[in-house]
Amino acid sequence: MRVTVKLFARLRDIAGVPELAREVSPGSTIGAVWRSLAADFPDLAPYERSISSAVNADYAKMDQVLRDGDEVAFLPPVSGG
Amino acid sequence: MSGRQPDRYTQSVSVPLLAIGPDPLDVPPLVSALADAGSGRDGAVVTFLGLVRNHNAGRSVRYLEYEAYEPLALKAFARIADEIRERWPSAALALHHRTGRLEIGEASIAIVARSPHRGDAYAACRYAIERVKQIAPIWKREFFEGGDVWIEGATADPSDAQARAAAERVACA
Repeated sequence: MRVTVKLFARLRDIAGVPELAREVSPGSTIGAVWRSLAADFPDLAPYERSISSAVNADYAKMDQVLRDGDEVAFLPPVSGG
Repeated sequence: MSGRQPDRYTQSVSVPLLAIGPDPLDVPPLVSALADAGSGRDGAVVTFLGLVRNHNAGRSVRYLEYEAYEPLALKAFARIADEIRERWPSAALALHHRTGRLEIGEASIAIVARSPHRGDAYAACRYAIERVKQIAPIWKREFFEGGDVWIEGATADPSDAQARAAAERVACA
């Protein structure tokens, strides 16, 4: 199945794109998508403990199972205000 | 309506209470928008404007760029408004955050809180800015003399009860 990954701030800079499509096997979790991304972009790996994630614009835990067509977002520590 | 100018009433009701986007922030319309929810009941309005500073961590700041995951940011603002209703039931909130390039002295966030008494309005306003910094998916990139850096603050976790309690302590200090 296919999911869309959105990346923000420094994560976007590291990957070089704000959004990419990933083919993942059915039953994949957010965490699995993150690990496959970090394998492609090793500079992402240090963010493993500090990122947040969201699915379809709602915060979600890394063990959430994804469905075909989901939009997954990875968010580095925030600095609004 | 005969003229081209929208009248004041139309303008004031068209301002959403929660918003994020590139437009410059303006406090009076936000105060008016929140007033529509009142009825002479409220005796206090507290406003907060966050401005772009020319210095940070020993660096001379030239300007900032704000980026957001906008649909989730709006949901985070709504969550913050809900938390405020829960903690200060008589308080009401309006909150706008700006994105894009902001020059020194420009406002990045405008918050308005109102309530029957000043204590709750001050507390709700302070709570809102603390929670934005904790859970809103917004990032600032600082361009300073000699380089630029993404500022990374808190790991956003709306379900983190400790963070929420910390914001409440600051708000009520």
